[in-house]
Amino acid sequence: MRTRPGTRVLQYLAVLAYLIFLGFPLVWLISSSLKSPQEFASINPSILPKHVDFSNYTDALNEQGLVRGLGNSLQISIYSTILVLIVALPVSYALARFRSRLRPLTNGWILVSQVFPVILIVIPLFMILRPLHLTNTIPGVVIVYMVWSLPFALWMLQGYVAAVPRELEEAASVDGASRVRTIVSIVMPLLRPGLIATAMFTFISAWNEFFFALVLLQDPQLKTLPLVLARFVGAEGQVQFGPLAAASVLATVPSLVFFAFLQRRLTSGLLSGAVKG
Amino acid sequence: MTATLTAPPTQVKKPGKPRQNREAIFLFLPALLPVLILSVYPLIRGIALGFTDARAGLHVETNFVGFDNFSKLLHNGLFWDSFRIGVIWTLSVTILQFVAALGLALLLNTDIKFRGVARTIALIPWAMPPVVVAIMWRLLLHPTNGPVNEILQNLHLTDHPINFLGNFSTALPAVIVVGIWVGMPMTTVTLLAGLQGIDRTLYEAAAVDGAGAWSQFWNITLPQLRTVIVAITSLDMIWNFNSFGLVYVLTAGGPGGKTMLPMLFAYNEAFRYGNFGMAAAMGDVMVVIIILFLFFYLRNRLRSEA
Repeated sequence: MRTRPGTRVLQYLAVLAYLIFLGFPLVWLISSSLKSPQEFASINPSILPKHVDFSNYTDALNEQGLVRGLGNSLQISIYSTILVLIVALPVSYALARFRSRLRPLTNGWILVSQVFPVILIVIPLFMILRPLHLTNTIPGVVIVYMVWSLPFALWMLQGYVAAVPRELEEAASVDGASRVRTIVSIVMPLLRPGLIATAMFTFISAWNEFFFALVLLQDPQLKTLPLVLARFVGAEGQVQFGPLAAASVLATVPSLVFFAFLQRRLTSGLLSGAVKG
Repeated sequence: MTATLTAPPTQVKKPGKPRQNREAIFLFLPALLPVLILSVYPLIRGIALGFTDARAGLHVETNFVGFDNFSKLLHNGLFWDSFRIGVIWTLSVTILQFVAALGLALLLNTDIKFRGVARTIALIPWAMPPVVVAIMWRLLLHPTNGPVNEILQNLHLTDHPINFLGNFSTALPAVIVVGIWVGMPMTTVTLLAGLQGIDRTLYEAAAVDGAGAWSQFWNITLPQLRTVIVAITSLDMIWNFNSFGLVYVLTAGGPGGKTMLPMLFAYNEAFRYGNFGMAAAMGDVMVVIIILFLFFYLRNRLRSEA
């Protein structure tokens, strides 16, 4: 499209406004986390810290609850990611390769699980897990996350499986390899990028999750990082802004690191799907 | 999540043979049990719970009470408040974020600089833990220490600090702004992908016929984007209607229930007051609303497309 100079200026102003709206909160959060306590106390705080000071981070890491939350979140996210991969790989293979009656059912379930309010699921889950003594336990949350991340993992992985050329598998089966053998030694190695992307995504959703953790974990020893952070804000009167900002940045780092890797794959893969829809 | 934007991108060429079916079931097995126990069954049970007097606590008899919970809800002013707040929140966030995102996507679709940068940081809010987003905005909007008040006062737009999240009149708008902040980037990226899929020759042909920018937008861009728009706005609406964590940490429904979204209402019923049946009934009402919405919205949108 041809553009006049005036329009061009307006365009850049609009993009700038967007970058500020989007970027300022982030810049401000990171800069707050790097400010010294004295600078926090000063009346007209600048946007960027005058001296970069990591004491907020050490303060945050000295906070026992936070470190425990970090550990719990790590544990839960890693376990549920491993479980999701183990369960999702065969299913997504079956979804991509076989026209089974379970296929439409599974895709229906994937859709439904995204649309329903979680309150309907969480109350019965609570009632199922309690007699099994799984509420207020890490395994309980892990299996809930596993099931909860499964729809997205399946959606992602079956696309990757579909991209693996069938001919390779056919050749293997001509050579007499069983289905399981073919999956393990031919499909899986080719799926590595897909498995990694799915793993990262599952990890992030477990790492960020709040609602199930809020309901299922009451024991302060077991609370995940989001729960610990949320409780900190609740006690705002006593809370120190610097360490809170530092802890918030720390809680975001894993998601951002994974997203840096995932970004291209996610946008191109998911969105091309969206566009074709 | 974007999981349901479309059907999964798979191709199945051969019709299933019986042996294949058996193999498929074998591959489904590891997922089947956990999904049935922890997803399908809870969902059905959850829907049914709305018709019972289930309460929190061990070994409590649960009785079928028909539509009792629903009639109690309908006579509860707080339910109607939360319903109204939920609708305002859902519509404002979805529509405003859509309009902003569409404008931005159109901009980023021109040969403007910083496109890559804008697209990359667009995904950050989406990847951030919602709790962290809420904390960040609580700090930003803080009446005494927050930079937003600082800036407003320096610009002399206000002479006293505003407690955005604590005032009856500003709490809901403030929460809506945060909702837009979280959702808009992802919508932008989705729309941008849609824009980039439009055949350029359509515009060239229209330009030859003398169509201006507006006419091109109305007659080419919007119709070509329809599927993407239907997908992303309907999903955004459902997600916004069901959202919980962000507002729970921002305001916990306060002040004075002014930001009590339906999910917060249901959460309080269940886990503060122990009224499982009542909370499930609220969930049922939400499901009915979502299904009605999907039915009308998708039928109209897809029909006009056909």
